[in-house]
Amino acid sequence: MSDALVIAELSEDGKLKKSTLSAITFAQRALPALGGSFSILVLGASPAAAASELTGYGAAKVLTCADPAFAQYTAEQFTATVAAVGKGFGLIVATATSFGKDLLPRVAARLDAAYAGDCAGVQAEGGKLVYKRPMFAGNAYGYCTLGTPIQVATARQSELDAAAPSGGSSPIESVAKVAPAAAAARVEFVSLEAVKSARPELGEARVIVSGGRALKDKFMEVLEPLADALGAALGASRAAVDAGYAPGDFQVGQTGKIVAPQLYVAIGISGAIQHIAGMKGSKVIVAINKDPEAPIFQLADYGLVADLFTAVPALLTELKKRA
Amino acid sequence: MKVLVALKRVADPDNANKVRISPSGDAIDTTGLEWKTNPFDEYALEAALRLTENGKAPKKREGEVVVVTLGPKECDTLLRSALATGADRAIRIECTDAELDGRLVALALKAIVDAEKPDLILLGKQAVDGDSNQVGQRLAELLDYPMATFAATIKEEDGALLVGREVDGGLLTLRVKLPAVVTVDLRIVSPSSVYSKLTQAEPGFKHGDGVRFAPLPAIMAAKKKPLDVKPLGDLVGGAKLATQYVKFERPPQRAGGAKVKDVAELVEKLANVSKVI
Repeated sequence: MSDALVIAELSEDGKLKKSTLSAITFAQRALPALGGSFSILVLGASPAAAASELTGYGAAKVLTCADPAFAQYTAEQFTATVAAVGKGFGLIVATATSFGKDLLPRVAARLDAAYAGDCAGVQAEGGKLVYKRPMFAGNAYGYCTLGTPIQVATARQSELDAAAPSGGSSPIESVAKVAPAAAAARVEFVSLEAVKSARPELGEARVIVSGGRALKDKFMEVLEPLADALGAALGASRAAVDAGYAPGDFQVGQTGKIVAPQLYVAIGISGAIQHIAGMKGSKVIVAINKDPEAPIFQLADYGLVADLFTAVPALLTELKKRA
Repeated sequence: MKVLVALKRVADPDNANKVRISPSGDAIDTTGLEWKTNPFDEYALEAALRLTENGKAPKKREGEVVVVTLGPKECDTLLRSALATGADRAIRIECTDAELDGRLVALALKAIVDAEKPDLILLGKQAVDGDSNQVGQRLAELLDYPMATFAATIKEEDGALLVGREVDGGLLTLRVKLPAVVTVDLRIVSPSSVYSKLTQAEPGFKHGDGVRFAPLPAIMAAKKKPLDVKPLGDLVGGAKLATQYVKFERPPQRAGGAKVKDVAELVEKLANVSKVI
């Protein structure tokens, strides 16, 4: 019998990130194979508020480690403490955000543990954990087992629903910081150019309006009013980002953000394999493209063959009529 | 600067929708798909070349780039093509794909780093077949080196690199002292994304857009560049494969393809049929 440890992620200002709740769901699903309970570890400069928020999810314990060195995340600072605490667990899991994907493989190496990244799910089979992983740009699911005493995984947020509070109040326990290895003194956080936006985050948005290269330098001008009308987050194809029409963190795709909103509106996006890998889990897909042969139409629930520069304003007018 | 670049061969990612699953469901079948270098690893090689040449015309190489891969003899093709684009030496770690997982790859690469002592190890942020995204991070930990994953920009400083990383919330900049491990993202091959100290010294210097291609004479010359082969077992000690794939399946296909005639019909369907607005 063993237990699972969830690594919580905090925002720049020390608040709990909602993405953490997907890792909790993953840990809960792993428990039948592990036979034990799950705990949550929160590292931060002052993690108390986030820790107390996490007491309502049925964890055996919420472990906190407060240290000024954790104010700004670097893998080198976090690894030693996460690994030292994680050593007592059978499974260590975080959500596959840029934080989880950066930190957890490093923790796994420190513990000589095998790692299953960006998992779409986990199940118990014959007392073993079987990890479900999207591979080949989402064209196959591979199911794997890990043969090391400690196993490490990250969970894809768009595939694992956020855990709901279950009531109860887990005890909060503080743990000691473990001195990091030498590498920590050789990395320095310089800056974060955060994208300030009143819109929802891509990973959590109910509606996403996403644009391709066809928008050219009118990307924001055309899409922002539509995103505002739908309360949507903005996304982009790789082609639009590479051409400089949209910032890098807008990119949806195999190697960008993987999203699964209720409604995904693809505008001027042809539908390259790599883009489709990032959005095909969406509940409803709308495609607007003037090329009737664009592959995105094979995927779309509602395809509109039209010039986007007339169709998007017309769509906006139609939406406002209903509002 | 001496840079080690790790390369992986993958089934043609632009035809990833053509991968098949064996009838028994226990293997992936990529028959008919061409082998390609993992695109992110090609970007890593391009970044390594940019860091080891000056900004003069014609460019001159200043430094050394060693490429390494793990796989059977056919992987020599990929190494030769890296040598043709400008890498100086190649190492192939002899094994089959089935013998590897991220943990063993990182252990093997650590042994290569211990022997080669590069200033910088560059890798793609992930291989686009397994989409695992772990080798760079693991290698950095095994070496106790600082790391910068998902790099979009690299600027060389004295004994350090300033690396711009694409993270969920924006662009995060780290300074890592060398030796270090850096894994690269798509934007690393933009014209102004990588500057060595030499190219910084040339005002207004820009690289070409994307990865470079090898001219024919270089392809011929690459056949004479050194390519060493080392057995996997010598590099990973007694470590055994720990990741076992037990089953593969195809994700459910979407039943898309319906068209609407105009925006009025679109909005009507979204509101009344799908009920998402």
